[in-house]
Amino acid sequence: MSVFIVCKQAHQLISEGLDRPLSLPERTQLKMHLAICRACTGFDGQMSFLRKAMKKTASEGLPSEADNTGIEGRAK
Amino acid sequence: MTSITDLHQQLENLRPGLYRFAQLQLRNECAAEDAVQETLLAVLEKPDSFAGNSSLRTYVTGILKFKIIDHLRSLKKEKPLEIKDDESEDDLIDSLFNANGHVIGTPTVWGAPEATLQEKDFFRVLEVCLENLPAKTARVFMMREWLELETEEICKELDLSTSNLWVVLYRARLRLRECLDLNWFGKVSSGEKI
Repeated sequence: MSVFIVCKQAHQLISEGLDRPLSLPERTQLKMHLAICRACTGFDGQMSFLRKAMKKTASEGLPSEADNTGIEGRAK
Repeated sequence: MTSITDLHQQLENLRPGLYRFAQLQLRNECAAEDAVQETLLAVLEKPDSFAGNSSLRTYVTGILKFKIIDHLRSLKKEKPLEIKDDESEDDLIDSLFNANGHVIGTPTVWGAPEATLQEKDFFRVLEVCLENLPAKTARVFMMREWLELETEEICKELDLSTSNLWVVLYRARLRLRECLDLNWFGKVSSGEKI
């Protein structure tokens, strides 16, 4: 197994890392890749942010103000 | 100590948000309505259980999650979830990379994450993005992120293999990223945000 992975693998590991513990080789590969890849580092940040945003909604629920029209309007 | 009529009123105010929360996950109006109704009844039956340590919304949302899990189970019996329709979308992943597996283009930088999490408008956009996910992908993703179920549990509930589940979650995240990019972060950086 090579220590070098490409972005496609790194992206997948970043996502899977949110759902399962990565193995030591996987963590090493990812770390080495992130050290040299700005795009994947950006993706990693986006994924952590998404997790945080979902967590916040999970505990606080969705706002209930009378703003439903705005949401539905935009969803269409 | 809030009176019971106050509590009634407060719960009534929370109802639309609770309903949307349930509907996003259940994608079934009757089941969502039932889950909310059962939640409100549970709160009203034991009004003293709400200690006031958290906001009422947080407390009620916590109860709603259990009700949603119950309904997901009964929906599964009626209409088993098929993930297949989403599986053909490999191009969603492939389109991000060139033949060598390198990212095509540079992802936008999502600035000021902490400040963004304080913005109500952001969560409205997030909600729309969740709503736009394919129903089955959405259900899996929200079981993971909102109901905070472990992957083994989700696999068991939905008869999915773990590797299949990881891919569905990965795809959901890619879609959400794209949607947030277009509808929130893109606007922020070009100064078009309201």
